[in-house]
Formats: sequence, C-alpha cells, structure tokens
Amino acid sequence: MEFISTLLNGLSSGGTYAMIALGYTMVYGIAKMLNFAHGDVIMVGGYIMYVMMLLLSQNVFLGIAVAVVFCVLLGILVERLAYRPLRGASPLAVLITAIGVSYLFQSLALIVFKSSPKMLSVLQISGALKLGKLSVDYSTIVTLAVAAAVMTALTLFVKKTKTGRAMVAVSEDRDAAKLMGINVNFIIMITFAIGSGLAALAGVFMLMKAPSLSNTFGAMPGIKAFTAAVIGGIGSIPGAMVGGILLGVIEAISFKIPLIAPYTDAIEFSILIIILLVKPTGLLGKRRREKV
Amino acid sequence: MANIKWKRYLNYIVISALAVLFAVLSLTGTLKLGTQILLEKITISIILAVSLSMVVGFLGELSLGHAGFMCVGAYIGGKVACLVDGDGNSHLILITAILVGGVVAAICGFIIGLPALRLKGDYLAIVTLAFGEIVRSLFLNSTPESFGSTLGLKTPRYDSRFLLIYGFVFVLIALAVIQNLIKSKHGRAITAIRDNEIAAKATGINITKYKLLVFIVSAFFAGVAGVLFSHANYTVQSKTFDYNYSIEILVMVVLGGMGSINGAIISATLITFLNEELTTILTGELSVLKDLLYALILILLIIYNNAPALKGVREKYNLRAFVGKIRKHDPAADKDDEAKWHRVPTKIDMNEVLSTDLVVKESRAEKGDRGGK
Repeated sequence: MEFISTLLNGLSSGGTYAMIALGYTMVYGIAKMLNFAHGDVIMVGGYIMYVMMLLLSQNVFLGIAVAVVFCVLLGILVERLAYRPLRGASPLAVLITAIGVSYLFQSLALIVFKSSPKMLSVLQISGALKLGKLSVDYSTIVTLAVAAAVMTALTLFVKKTKTGRAMVAVSEDRDAAKLMGINVNFIIMITFAIGSGLAALAGVFMLMKAPSLSNTFGAMPGIKAFTAAVIGGIGSIPGAMVGGILLGVIEAISFKIPLIAPYTDAIEFSILIIILLVKPTGLLGKRRREKV
Repeated sequence: MANIKWKRYLNYIVISALAVLFAVLSLTGTLKLGTQILLEKITISIILAVSLSMVVGFLGELSLGHAGFMCVGAYIGGKVACLVDGDGNSHLILITAILVGGVVAAICGFIIGLPALRLKGDYLAIVTLAFGEIVRSLFLNSTPESFGSTLGLKTPRYDSRFLLIYGFVFVLIALAVIQNLIKSKHGRAITAIRDNEIAAKATGINITKYKLLVFIVSAFFAGVAGVLFSHANYTVQSKTFDYNYSIEILVMVVLGGMGSINGAIISATLITFLNEELTTILTGELSVLKDLLYALILILLIIYNNAPALKGVREKYNLRAFVGKIRKHDPAADKDDEAKWHRVPTKIDMNEVLSTDLVVKESRAEKGDRGGK
C-alpha cells in the first residue's frame, strides 16, 4: 500500500515536472533554443500570486489566473525583446542571453521582494482520500488531474488545431514552413506563451507542496525539468511527459529509501547520463541523420 | 613575418612581467591584503576561463559543468593538504596537493569525455551539467570525517603572499600547455573537429583521442584552479560550485570571444575585478544592484555582438576597427584568422554555399573585365 501511495506521489510531482518540461521541449523544438530562463518564470509566477493574495485577500483562483496571464505576457515580452533580435544568430549566443535573462529575473525578484523567503499558501487542500488502507492526499489527486488535463489539452491542441499543426511544421523545417505561408514569428510567440503559462501553473502545484518562495525558487525545478525533457528526448512533446513522470516517480521512490535518500539528486542525474549513453537522443527523441 | 613571432608570445611576456611585479610587491609587503586576495581570485578565474575556452572555443562542445571539475580539485587538494600537514605553508605540500587535485579532476574529465564521444551539442551540455550537480551532491552528503558534509571541508589557508605567486605560475603553465597545444598539429585537428566532425573523421583525424585529450587537459587545469581556491579559503563548501559558477566561467569565455585565449584572459580578469569592486562599492541596499547590472550588461552585449540586424552597426563601431584605426591597419585583413566559433555546423548551410558560389563567380567576372580592359 505504501508503494502505491509513493507511486501516486511520484506521479503527481512528475506531472508538475512534465508541465515545466513541456515548456522547455516546445521552445527547443520550435525555436531551437534552450530557454534557461524558463525555471525563473515559475518563480515570477509565484511572486505574482503572492502579490495578488495580498491585494485580493483570499480569492485564490483569480490570483492563479492573474499569475498565469502575467507569465504568458512575460514570456511573449522576453521572446520579443531578448530572443527575437538573435533569431538566426548562433545557438550559443541565444543560450547565453537566456542565462542573462534568468539572472535578470532572479536579481529583480531579489530587489523587489528582498531575500527573506515568503510563506505563501495557495490552494489549501487538506485531508486525504481513504480507500481501505490506501490514503492519498487530495492535493496529490488535484495535481494529477490538472496535469493530465493539461497534457491532453495540449496534445489535442497540437494535433487538431491549425496553429498546433503550424507548430509541428515549424519544428520540422522552419524554412519550408515559412514558404507554406506560416507566420514563424507568431508561432514562436505562441510557443513561448504556452510554455510560460504552463510554468506558472506548475508553480502553483509546487507551492502547494512547499510553500516557501524565494528568488531561486524556480532554479532547481527548472534544471530537473530540463533533465526530464532531455530524458524523454528534447523537442518531443510526449517525450517531455514521459520524462517528467519518470523523473517524478524515481524521485519519490528514492526519497522513501533512507539509505539513498540524500543522494536523490545524484541518482536522478546519473539516470539521465545512463539513458543518454544508451539512447543518445533520449527515450522518444527522433534520431536525425547527419549529412555532410 | 618577424613581428608575428613575438606577438605570439606577447601574452606570456605581459603575464610574466605582471607576475614578477606583483611577486616583488607582495614579498616586500607593499601589497594590501585586499589586493592580494583580488589577485588570487583573478589568477584562479584566468586558469578556469582558459581551460574552459579549450572545450567551448576550440573543440566546440558546450560544457556547463566546469565548476564540477573545480569542485573535485578543491576537495581532493584540500584533503591532501589537511592529511599531510595541519598549518599548510610548505611549498612541497602545496605542489603535491595541486598535482593530486589536478590528476583526480583529469580522471573525472576522462569519464565525462566518454559520453562526449556519443553525444554532442545540447545533449552533451546537459550531461556536463548533470556531472557538476552529481559531484556537488556527493561531496555535500559525505561523512563529516571525510569531506566535512554540509559544513564544508576545513582547509589550511595558504599564505596569500606566496599563493598569488603560485597563481601566476600556474596561469603561465596553463597558458603554455593550452596555447602550444592549440597552435600545434593537434590543435588544428581539434579545431577541425569543431568545424566539421564528419569531414575531420574522413581526413583521418582520431576523434576519440582528441576529444578525450581536450576534456582531460581542461579538467586538469580546472582541478588545479580548484586546489588554489581551496588554499585561498578556510573552508571549501560544495554550494560554491553550483551551476551558476559554471555559467559564470562560461560567460567569461563567451565575452572574451570564443576561440580566443587572450580574450578569455582579459574578460576573466575584468569580470573578476568588477565582481570584487562592485561588492565593495555597492554596499547595503545597493548590493542587490550588482547582479542586475551584471545581467543587463550580459544580455545587451550578447545582443549587440550577435544580432543579425545589427551587423552594419557592429562593423562600423567595434573594438577591432577602433584598434585598426589607431594602428592604421585594415581589420578586414585579419578576418581570415578569426575563429568562426559561432558556426559549429554538423551540416553545411546551403544558403551559405550558394551565396559564396555567386560571390566567387562575380569576382571572377570582374577580374575578367579588368583583364579585357
């Protein structure tokens, strides 16, 4: 029974990772860049929620909605100001800019909100569902449900809508997509918007688990989600989901074993290295043949 | 041709001169402690930047775990110094510690070099990042007796008057090894791998050998820098060597210009100096502004240097043209030597091939016209 509840916990934190990893993987697939500032969008979303809680007292859902919208706009703004001027420049230059943006967010948060961590309780869902011996927190169930809903919606969006198909086209071949009349800049903007919105949403669930907000709140989850995206094969949307969930489950199991619990991070990163050694493009990544 | 020869050794001459100058100043005791510490930090940064520049600038692989190698060196070297001698002011022990730390880091470099044979680009970048985090996590969770657990390893603080001289000596050694390697036949093989791996392989270059060589040499010097770091501080804490530190080293290399060792040296010096100065100038409330400035400068500089739209502006106003104007020398003549780091192609860019072809045809046609006249 304990194993099943551990597994469910792992699935729910894996769902959170997957939501963040989707942002990484979509931006990588479509804009061909590693957005290192993605983790910090989570942190910004958290602070916006904190401000909204102070302003609007207790209306939680409005706070979450405002945070998500703000992050969507932030994602678009950052793409417009920092990344679009570098379209066509070297990938490394874009990567360093993303790192700069990440520093910028962290230092701005430090200036505005000071260094002491803010305690913030969004969505207090207490209690647990009891099924015989099995006991599952409601918060876990909510996280799982939302993660599943988001992933289904995103898959449908990519598969069924015109914009979604355009996204796939741009990630396959940007020049050909442009020739087919797809507005590549618009598609990249949409990608950043979706990714940032998902990051803000993931921030809500992270705050539900650990309600302490500081300016480096998003750094480690960001790196972990990036790891998840690479495990699944960066650029692949189902890959990000699989990778995120796998990482979450491994984390939950490793936390439960006292002997290896302190080494959880090391284990997760080792698994990444092992998977990449066996499958160099990740679990579901496509192998691109190299041509001279 | 004669003046090119001494230009090659210009950086050695400048650094040696500075080393002698500061050595005399520090041994006679005229150097303030603050300056000594600053110089120590600068030498450590230079070693790190030069060694990372080899991987990123010349081999063309992105490494986000350079601080991991430094971490290994710092812990192992610090431990060696602790085990052998408590007060740690013996020259022999410092050199032993540096060698042991460097060699252990080099072994780690070998281990990380192995996946580099199969992976490239962003996948390799995440593996190096993961390596840095694994190393940090292992040292963080070590037993208090071995590596001091979360409190960090207590290391003997070496006399800073001598340590800064050692810093300069190792900068010179790193420079000699890396610069000579890059300028040699092996260095050309390494840059060939950067420019086109498949073509390099087809020419008969042993890719396995050179990739491992670069990772090992680079990790060795990062380890050396780590040992120097552990002797410049009273404790070594694993949280120092986090991912942000790796990024900071990477920023030094990128701002210095990829594929330029002198650029890495200059930018490592400037960034470390600014970091220190800004921490002393901006105190209290203002101290948070440091990171903000740092981030803004970084973003603006990268956009200015790389944005395709700003190409015209860049060609008009840049340092190279400015220096050229002073020396009455056309910078375009140097263009061919410039490392084309930003293109690490795995396939040939069709646009570029087409456009260069057209240019060649045009210029030939022009020549024909002139010949006709």
